[in-house]
Amino acid sequence: MTSETHTDPGRDQHQHSEHDPEHGHFGPYGGRYLPEALIGAMDELAAVYEKARLDPEFIAEFTGLLRDYAGRPSLLTEAPRFAEHAGGARIFLKREDLNHTGSHKINNVLGQALLTKRMGKTRVIAETGAGQHGVATATACALMGLECVVYMGEVDTQRQALNVARMRLLGAEVIPVTTGSRTLKDAINEALRDWVANVDTTHYLLGTAAGAHPFPMMVRNFHKVIGQEARAQIVDQAGRLPDAVTACVGGGSNAIGMFHGFIDDPSVRLVGFEPGGRGSEPGEHGATLSEGSPGMLHGALSYLLQDEDGQTIEAYSISAGLDYPGVGPEHAWLKDTGRAEYRPVTDAEAMDAFQLLSRTEGIIPAIESAHALAGTLRLGRELGPDGLIVVCLSGRGDKDMDTAAKYFGFMES
Amino acid sequence: MSRLDPVFARSRAEGRAALIGYLPAGYPTVDGSAERLTAMIDSGCDIVEVGVPYSDPVMDGPTVQAAADLALRGGFRLRDLFRVVEQVSSAGGHAVVMTYWNPVHRYGVDRFARDLAAAGGLGVITPDLIPDEGADWIAAAAEHDLDRIFLVAPSSSTERIATTTAATTGFLYAAAVMGVTGARDRVGVAASGLVARARECTDLPIAVGLGVRSGDQAAEIAGFADAVVVGSAFVSRAGEVAKLRELAEELADGVRRPMVPSR
Ligand SMILES: Cc1ncc(COP(=O)(O)O)c(C=O)c1O
Repeated sequence: MTSETHTDPGRDQHQHSEHDPEHGHFGPYGGRYLPEALIGAMDELAAVYEKARLDPEFIAEFTGLLRDYAGRPSLLTEAPRFAEHAGGARIFLKREDLNHTGSHKINNVLGQALLTKRMGKTRVIAETGAGQHGVATATACALMGLECVVYMGEVDTQRQALNVARMRLLGAEVIPVTTGSRTLKDAINEALRDWVANVDTTHYLLGTAAGAHPFPMMVRNFHKVIGQEARAQIVDQAGRLPDAVTACVGGGSNAIGMFHGFIDDPSVRLVGFEPGGRGSEPGEHGATLSEGSPGMLHGALSYLLQDEDGQTIEAYSISAGLDYPGVGPEHAWLKDTGRAEYRPVTDAEAMDAFQLLSRTEGIIPAIESAHALAGTLRLGRELGPDGLIVVCLSGRGDKDMDTAAKYFGFMES
Repeated sequence: MSRLDPVFARSRAEGRAALIGYLPAGYPTVDGSAERLTAMIDSGCDIVEVGVPYSDPVMDGPTVQAAADLALRGGFRLRDLFRVVEQVSSAGGHAVVMTYWNPVHRYGVDRFARDLAAAGGLGVITPDLIPDEGADWIAAAAEHDLDRIFLVAPSSSTERIATTTAATTGFLYAAAVMGVTGARDRVGVAASGLVARARECTDLPIAVGLGVRSGDQAAEIAGFADAVVVGSAFVSRAGEVAKLRELAEELADGVRRPMVPSR
């Protein structure tokens, strides 16, 4: 490991230097930094998942839902007019925006909702930032007859009001969270508090590849389908492996699902784009891997935006789904080992790409995904005209119309 | 041997439970918290838990969260913790620290243990560190003669109670209810069962906390536990030192009239 190169005092103290992802240890990262009261639930979840993932009946149910309900496989669409702005590199979009509910989030949600039923639990709680995970969770709960409560930071309920209405229409209770920064981090805190009190009946359906074991490994596995499909499709459509695959990184679920399809192909660069917000000062961005340092949040050791005393620094991004000061532990490991690269993309760059894709391809991306698109434009220019990139278009932008209309001044008559 | 042993030896000899009171360092101010913790000791707390204000306290309800927020907004720094512990200890109090793990990790586990021991602190309660993840802390605590006070919960399996108690020194912290901190009308039903299960695994003193707010509840818990921990109820009275003293006296009376003879 590279601990000598870091100056953080906390850096050299990790006892689990063994790399054991199946047990939640990604090099020194991951683990279970949670109250003892929740460890039983984590053990139960891990055990039920371990059984289910090998059970042909579960696999058939899951893949059946992905196909017949979510609409998989999602398309791989070449974006030639958009790519003209990327120095001539070829760019393909992995169309997670076309999934039912409009983002990649549905993959993980269907998997965990099936597990909830297997555990005999009747109530699901979830956090949401952009509202996409909340909508996907409310959808799966409606489908499977589960009670659903979604915690959402009050700030996010305002900037994603349409998704709040969607969740309520689907029968979920949406609870605005008014503590801390009133965004995703605080919604997760509230969900954890609910979970401790109701763990007998309730599954916490975490929406990203972060948190304590087994969440990072399990959520990644439910999203692996993104990368697996993309690999087969690009080989089929372009005749070769790409030079790079890219994705935006909030908690890291769409990125890790995408990356895993190519992780054993050493020639394929894995590049994640983080929310660079308004600048690199603390509190102005959510670029956890680029600007953060190792620390614990929400149950895992990973990179974290924190101050000298280990207090979490609130993230900022124009995109609610990327506005998170933590990141999944596997990304921390991929960064340290150099297998993946992570770069910040500013609000302004993301919004430019948001508009550009809309106007060149007639596809309105989620602002989260627009971060990946903006980074991909830059990467394309670096690779030159022979470059070939697959970018994960993690979601569609309908939910962002209010933010975009204000940003671009479309409301002015 | 734990430096807390004499505290429990005395309360046991007196046929009562010990009283443990919690207040966050820096609440309402750094010196104000030291003054209040000292007053709590004067008025009947055998041990105080000095809390570390933290940005993401997932085990805490609204009362403790609000206090931690206020302390952080008031500029609380981790180094202030040691000042509070030092003031409490030099006034003759027994102080342990209650902290989420990231501030310690960030400060450096061994460095934290060294500085806490130098300030006269006796141990650390770790609400989000389980022994499975705590090898470095276990080593540092041994090195600096600090107690490592891990938690068990009503949901803990027998195996987990066994491994957790094996890693614990000083006393074991039993969470009375499944939930976050905050005063409650009823506690103790799940707690007595948990304490009984824990006693099968350990001779350590067992403290029960989460939700206690009255002398009568303290008396109920004193009937089956070695110590009663009170947090939110103190925090919500921290505005006036006189009110804090009153509560400490009521609770100190409660732990002296255990509702059923303790074992
Ligand atoms: C469309 C979309 N993309 C990406 C994200 C970020 O999450 P993750 O990093 O887990 O993929 C979100 C989160 O809400 C989202 O809605």
